[in-house]
Amino acid sequence: MVDKIIIENLSLQYSDGTESLRDVSMGIRQNAVTVLFGPAGGGKSTLLRCLNRLNDLTEVRASSGRILIDGENILDPKTDVIALRRKVGMVFARPVPLPMSIRENIIYGLELAGEKRKSKLDEAVERSLKLSAIWDEVKDRLDDPAIALSGGQQQRVCLARVIALQPEVILLDEPTSGLDPISTGKVEAALLELKKEYTVILVPHSIQQAARTADYAAFFLTGGLIEYGEGKTLFTIPKQKKTEDYIMGRFG
Amino acid sequence: MEKSLTLREFIITRLIQASGYSAILFVALIFFFLLREGLPTLAEVDASSLLSIRWYPIENYFGILPLITGSLIVTLGAALIAVPFGIGTAIYISEIAPRWMREILKPLVELLGGLPSVVLGFLGILVVSPFLRVFLDLPTGLTAFTGSLLLGGIAVPTVVSVAEDALDAVPRSYREGAWALGATHWQTIWRVTLPAARSGVLTAVMLGVGRAIGETMTVMMVTGNAPVMAVKLGSLFSPVRTMTATIAAEMGEVANGSTHYHVLFFIGMVLFLISFIVNIIASSVVFRAKKRAERILS
Repeated sequence: MVDKIIIENLSLQYSDGTESLRDVSMGIRQNAVTVLFGPAGGGKSTLLRCLNRLNDLTEVRASSGRILIDGENILDPKTDVIALRRKVGMVFARPVPLPMSIRENIIYGLELAGEKRKSKLDEAVERSLKLSAIWDEVKDRLDDPAIALSGGQQQRVCLARVIALQPEVILLDEPTSGLDPISTGKVEAALLELKKEYTVILVPHSIQQAARTADYAAFFLTGGLIEYGEGKTLFTIPKQKKTEDYIMGRFG
Repeated sequence: MEKSLTLREFIITRLIQASGYSAILFVALIFFFLLREGLPTLAEVDASSLLSIRWYPIENYFGILPLITGSLIVTLGAALIAVPFGIGTAIYISEIAPRWMREILKPLVELLGGLPSVVLGFLGILVVSPFLRVFLDLPTGLTAFTGSLLLGGIAVPTVVSVAEDALDAVPRSYREGAWALGATHWQTIWRVTLPAARSGVLTAVMLGVGRAIGETMTVMMVTGNAPVMAVKLGSLFSPVRTMTATIAAEMGEVANGSTHYHVLFFIGMVLFLISFIVNIIASSVVFRAKKRAERILS
């Protein structure tokens, strides 16, 4: 196993002084699900948004440190952000289907990237919908508007949209927070499938989900990384008192 | 105590109700007045004469077509200027400008919207029209195009502020979704933000056009006021006369109750009808968009 992503001394502060990161260092393994968990305002989402530079579009007061993906510092101003975002895909808490058909949603990113060959696009649609465990549900109505799907289906279409771009890393920010248990199960099952090919980083919406899905888990509290290790160990015999308290539900 | 409180409630409620109804009443009264003063035209002037192309009221030529085409060509020109420019500015303010720039630009645009149109008319007479005359080598700088330029300037603030609000209301998650897929800033604006704000942007266009049709002072000052048919492309660069300018210029010196007087009111009716239609189109667009939003959310 290799570290796909190496985060070195990452600190970040928003202009309004809210959520921030303090001197976070960690390595993230390839072909595994790494879970970032902890109470709200801990910096999990901020870290995710650093990994695809979505924070560029927010007012950030100060940031320092490095993030290496395949050995390249993506925080370097010279980084091609568009290429980075194709390589590091992201799924949001609320599904955001664009106002078009299911098929168009999936191929949207590919078209932006300049792919025009119909065979390639059709192939990507099928492959990515299968990987996100929704192919069977939508294969007969790919030209229906994506908005007409249920929330759980929309979220999986959004996941497929990310997969269609063939990224290397997939970021998921509480992807199941608005979903029912059955849809949640389907998304989680998809993650297990995905990690065979991709590096998956997940901010779960509950500790239970963190424990279910994590190969590796990182506990964040008020912007600092408290504990980081293999999921199995961390959720059963945490080393830090704070981690234990949070897992046991004593705060948060 | 109890009783006086109920009474007060009653009076206040009724007062508010009355002021609400009064808006309807005023529109109805205005419409009624227009009809009363304008409809006799149909008895006094033949329809064929009314639809002729000669407006020369002193000799009883009441062809209103030149006035209608004059209004249309000036408005169309204004829309062609105001719409791209206004939407572009709105996109810049909402999507591209850094925060400090936005905070300077927004109030500035609103200030521009409050500029009295007669001031713009001065600008038109003293600066724009001489410039156009020399630059385009025209016999006179007082043309439909001059009017379009200035009307465009008047309509731009309306278009900008309404369109900007619409763009601003597009959820951030839409933009982030597109960015996260590797869309460039421009691709996000063109293929996600703008389509999502479509109905608001259309409303902005409609309101801007409505503002341009109804504008009087500026066009009267700069379009040259010659009631000739404006149907060729070249008419854009020759003097025209609009419906509003005709009413404003001639109402002061017309004999009360004469045919000419009635025809002027008839022109007012036509104008009222046009802006009514524009408004209906605008609100039906908004209504459709609302329905769609409800369908999506339910």
